[in-house]
Amino acid sequence: MSVRHALLALLSEGPKYGLQLREEFEARTGEVWPLNVGQVYTTLQRLERDGLVESEGADEGPQKAFQITSSGAVELAHWLRTPPDLSSPPRDELVMKVLVAIRLPDTNVHDVIQDHRRYLVQLMQEWTRIKEGGAAGDLNLALAVDAELFRLDSVVRWLDSADARLRRAAAEGNVQQATAPLPKQRRRIGARG
Amino acid sequence: MSMLELRQVSKVYGRGAAEVRALDQVTMSVDEGAMVAVMGPSGSGKSTLLTIAGSLEEPTLGEVRVRGADLAEMSRNDKARLRRRTIGYVFQDYNLLPGLTAAENVSLPLELDGLPGRKARAAGLAALAELGLAERAERYPDELSGGERQRVAIARAVVGERRLLLADEPSGALDSANAEAVMRLVHEACKNRGKAAVVVTHDAQLASWADRVVFLRDGRIADQTAPASGPESLLAPGRPQ
Repeated sequence: MSVRHALLALLSEGPKYGLQLREEFEARTGEVWPLNVGQVYTTLQRLERDGLVESEGADEGPQKAFQITSSGAVELAHWLRTPPDLSSPPRDELVMKVLVAIRLPDTNVHDVIQDHRRYLVQLMQEWTRIKEGGAAGDLNLALAVDAELFRLDSVVRWLDSADARLRRAAAEGNVQQATAPLPKQRRRIGARG
Repeated sequence: MSMLELRQVSKVYGRGAAEVRALDQVTMSVDEGAMVAVMGPSGSGKSTLLTIAGSLEEPTLGEVRVRGADLAEMSRNDKARLRRRTIGYVFQDYNLLPGLTAAENVSLPLELDGLPGRKARAAGLAALAELGLAERAERYPDELSGGERQRVAIARAVVGERRLLLADEPSGALDSANAEAVMRLVHEACKNRGKAAVVVTHDAQLASWADRVVFLRDGRIADQTAPASGPESLLAPGRPQ
């Protein structure tokens, strides 16, 4: 989550104070991403240093208002259209756990998969409760929670498919030998830059 | 109070080499006001569990109780009455009668149960209104969208005093907004009106509307989620991002 660009977006509506920025940030993300006030001021200082915002009023403290500069507006427009870094981490922890579980002699990989599936579905239940409890018109909350739900759902679906693939392989007597090496790290697909 | 109880329920199809054990000693209980989702791969016994819970099929072994009454001790008539009055079914293909309007589809089970036409119709219209379909009441199923048809099917399943809702992939062909609306309705019927629901689905996002998720595997309950810890835990400061 780019706090920097979220603050630029809020300032593009007009000059604002630090505390106000924090409140609006939390309100607009459905309070799904808490932000502490120190983070707000540090980020504002950096934005000012980079010429993307400028301040007026008192030198320090909560009486200082910030406004976006024209280069700040250009930076915001550029950021909105830049694809986020969607490359997977070099070694996804859950994938590693499943790959390791296949090899350990006293471990049932399907039980390991089920432990993670249950945990993920429980997390999804908690997110759904948040969505359910939100006001009917709270679009920001619904969008932010949906993003979490789709992300977790994709992991559950991977587990389901891994589970089925392993069962099929076992039925065909085609389970990988414990001596086979773990897969090498592949080129990072989707990495930015 | 327990609305539905399965005790050591097994279902075996075929004999000898062709024997298939669709359910294997399943024990579960669904209380009033609770929504339970059943997840599992195809062939894990999800649909069999639902048809047995709804008295549409008999178990090979074990006991099924609806509101405390043992189905095995009921006459055919008693069971038929139970299916009309207490249990509501929702299936993926809606099962609406094409020659009847939405309102007629919803009030039909009440009329079959002997309620006078006018009262049945009033109850049907009330159920439709509750699901936001008051203005579609006089439409025929083929004049409704998929999401509307499924909402009519849910209205029919909860109309009158029916307390136990059994749904098999109720949002199968719906887009995600309509699927969410359907699950929200089922959850509200449980929470606000004390109904109990068992929803079979392979979709984790839909299952996450339930209070409890049961995982079936090879006809057995392999696992289930813990009771909800509440949303606060996700929003607590210091949660790893």
